[in-house]
Amino acid sequence: MNNTKNIMIVGVGGQGTLLASRIIGNAVLLSGHDVKVSEVHGMSQRGGSVVTYVKYGEKVYSPVICEGEADIIMAFEQLEAARWLPYLKNGGVIVTNTQKINPMPVITGAAQYPDEIIGEMRKLGVRVIAADALSIAREAGSDKAVNVALIGLMAKDLGFDTEILRQAVKMSVPPKFLELNLRAFDLGLKCEA
Amino acid sequence: MKKIMLGNEAAARGIYEAGVRFVSSYPGTPSTEITEFAAKYDEVYAEWAPNEKVALEAALGASVAGGRSFCAMKHVGLNVAADPLFIGAYVGVNGGMVIGVADDPGMHSSQNEQDSRHYAEAAKLPMVEPSDSDECLNFIKMAYDLSEKFDTPVIARFSTRVSHSQSVVELSDRCEHEIKEYTKDAAKRVMMPANAKRRHVVVEKRLADMAQYANDCPFNRVEMGGTKLGIITAGTSYNYAREVFGDDASYLKIGLTYPLPDGLIRDFAAKCERIVVIEELDDFIETHCKKLGIKVEGKNLLPICGEFSQEVVAEALLGKKPEYKALDMQIPPRPPVLCPGCPHRGVFYVFKKMGLYVSGDIGCYTLGAVPPLGGMDTTFCMGASVSALHGFNKIRGVESAKKSVAVIGDSTFMHSGMTGLVNITYNKGNSTVVIVDNSITGMTGHQQNPCTGYTLKGDEVRGIMLENIARAAGVEDAHIRIVDPNEISEVERVLREELECDCPSVIIARRPCALLKYVKHNPPVHVDADKCKSCRACMGIGCPCISMVKGEDGKSRAVIDETLCTGCGLCEKLCRFGAING
Repeated sequence: MNNTKNIMIVGVGGQGTLLASRIIGNAVLLSGHDVKVSEVHGMSQRGGSVVTYVKYGEKVYSPVICEGEADIIMAFEQLEAARWLPYLKNGGVIVTNTQKINPMPVITGAAQYPDEIIGEMRKLGVRVIAADALSIAREAGSDKAVNVALIGLMAKDLGFDTEILRQAVKMSVPPKFLELNLRAFDLGLKCEA
Repeated sequence: MKKIMLGNEAAARGIYEAGVRFVSSYPGTPSTEITEFAAKYDEVYAEWAPNEKVALEAALGASVAGGRSFCAMKHVGLNVAADPLFIGAYVGVNGGMVIGVADDPGMHSSQNEQDSRHYAEAAKLPMVEPSDSDECLNFIKMAYDLSEKFDTPVIARFSTRVSHSQSVVELSDRCEHEIKEYTKDAAKRVMMPANAKRRHVVVEKRLADMAQYANDCPFNRVEMGGTKLGIITAGTSYNYAREVFGDDASYLKIGLTYPLPDGLIRDFAAKCERIVVIEELDDFIETHCKKLGIKVEGKNLLPICGEFSQEVVAEALLGKKPEYKALDMQIPPRPPVLCPGCPHRGVFYVFKKMGLYVSGDIGCYTLGAVPPLGGMDTTFCMGASVSALHGFNKIRGVESAKKSVAVIGDSTFMHSGMTGLVNITYNKGNSTVVIVDNSITGMTGHQQNPCTGYTLKGDEVRGIMLENIARAAGVEDAHIRIVDPNEISEVERVLREELECDCPSVIIARRPCALLKYVKHNPPVHVDADKCKSCRACMGIGCPCISMVKGEDGKSRAVIDETLCTGCGLCEKLCRFGAING
C-alpha cells in the first residue's frame, strides 16, 4: 500500500512531542527524502493523549499513519505506548519512556492504571526498547530533554547517520539549549535498553 | 530554497510572496498559525481583530483601499463573519482579497464539524482548496491573481490535516504589488437596494465566467492511471486516495472547489468505468456531479461524519481491514484537562461546590466541564454563555438567577460576550457573569487580545479594562467585582453576594495563565504522609499532579508529582489536616 517509513510519536500534551517530530522531520530533509509530519494543536494538547505522525520516503502522500502501519512508535509515556500499540506494523518496534503519568480517570479513581504494560507488550512478541528517559534527561541537565533522549535511544532504528540526527537537533533547538540537548541525545544513544 | 513547513506556515509564506500588505484575523484552531507566521514578515501588517466579522470587514476595507488583503478564521468563525462575506461577493475587490477558513473534520478542537464549502456556494464566491503545504503556498498566491482577475474575494479552504501537517515547499521571493488607485464608485460599493440589484446581476455573470474558467485553470488537474476506477477528490482526501490506489486508478483532483468544472468532470467521467467521489464531510462534489447527470458513488460508501484516512478509504472501497496487535487490557482514556496551576480551576471548584447552573463558553475553561469539576451545563458558541444565561433566567425567574452564572474568558468576552452583557442590562436582566481573565487567548496557544496590552506584532498598547466595559455596559460599580481565582473562599463569598442581588453583576476572576512565560511559579508543594487522612478532598479540583498512591501499609494517600506542580496552593487550601505544604 505504501513504501514510506512511518514513525509515530505519542505522549501526553505538554511533554514536548512536537519538538521530537521537528527533529526527525529535519533529519529526513537533510537526508534528501520526501517527508510529511502531522501534528495536533489546540484543545487535545491540554494534558490529553497526543500523537504526531512522521512519514518519509521517495514520495509521501497521506500525512497520517493508520492501524498496523507504524515502523516505530516513540512513546513518551507507558500508557500511551499501550494505547497506540495497534498502530504498530508486524515487526515494528516500540521505543518507550518508562515514565507513568496518570490520566484523569485514574486520578479520580474511575479507572486503574494497567500493570506490566511493557512485559505484556513483549509477551505479544513486540520488540520494545524501554528506558527511563526522564532520568537521562535530568542527567543531561533538564527534564525537558526527554524528547531528545528518546531520539538518541531510537537512533539505530531510525536508520539515519547519527551525525545527521545531531545536525537535525541543532536545527531544531535554540542555541542556548543545544549543548544540553546533544548531551541528552548521546546519553540516550549509549543507553542499553 | 526548499524547506519543510506546516501548511499554515506555507499559507503565510504564500501571503508574503503574493505581496499582501494587510492581514486581520481572529485566532481559532486549526487556522491560528497562518496569521502568526504572516506577522513575522516585516512587509506584512498583521493584527488580531476582536472577532472574525471585524477581521473580514477590515480586510475588505484594506482591499477597497487598493492593497492586497487577507483574513483567517476557523470554520465556525466564518459563521460570525458571514455577513460581510456575502456582501464581499457583491462589492468585489480593488486589491486582491483572500479569506482563509480552516475546517476541522474529526473535531480535534471544535464544537461542530460544519463543511465550509457550502459558504462558497451560498455567497457565490470562488473557493480554492490545497491538499498539502506546497499547495498552501502556491494556491494562496494564485488565489490573489484569481481575485483580481474576476474582481471578487476568494475563499481558501483548509482542513486540520492540511493546516497542521508539515511537508516540503519551494520558496520564492516576494512579488511587490503597488497599492492600486482608489476611485470612488458608489454604484459598486454602496450596497443599498438600487445598487445591489445591479450588483447581483454582476455576481451571477461572474459566477458563469468563473465556471468556464474552472475547466481550464491551474487549480484542477487530471492524473490518468488505470481507468476501471476514476476518483474525483479534493484537499487532503486526494492524498488518502492516492496512497490506497496509487496508479491503479485515475484522479480528477479538484483545487477550485467552487465553482466546479462541469466540462472537466464530464470528460473525466467519460474516460473511466466507475466514478467515486472521495470527499470529507458533506457530499458537495457528489451532489454537483449528480446534478450534471453523471453516475457517481460517494457517500453510499464513505462516511459523512469524522475525518478520513487511507484506512477509512481502503475499508470503504476495498473492504480491507487492518491487521494489528493489541493488549488485552482496559486502557483508560486520557482526555484533555486544565493544566497544573491553571487559574480557572478554583472558579470551577466553587461552581461545583455551590451547585450552580453554569452557562459555559468556548476556551480552555470549557475543560471545566470534565469530571471531577464537571461545572458546566451548556456550551454553544463564542459569547453564548452570557446571552443564553439571560434567556434561561427570563424563563426560570429570579430564583434561577440566584443559582446560575455565565462563565467566559477575556478574549471570548471581547469577541462577542459584551453584546450579551448589554442585552442583560438593557432588558432588565439580573444574571451574574463571571469573566475568567487569564490575560491571554489561551486555548489557541497564547494570542494577544484587546485586554492584554500588546498587539500581534508585539507593540505595547493601552489594554482595555474589562471592568470599564462592564461599567459602560450599564453594570453598577458596586456589582463589578474583581477576585483572585486561587483564593477560593473569597471567590465563593463574592459569588454568594452577587447571586443574591436582583441586578446584573460581573465578577472578574483575574490571574494570568500559568503557562505564560512571565508567570513565576512557586516551589512545588508536597504531602506529609503522616498527616494525610486519605479523605480525597484534594482530588476534587481535578489537578493532574495529584494522585492517590497505595503505601506499604496498604493505605492510599495523596501524592503530588513535583515535576508538574506549579505551587498554586489550591490543594493546600482544601486540606483540613494541614498535610499539604510548600
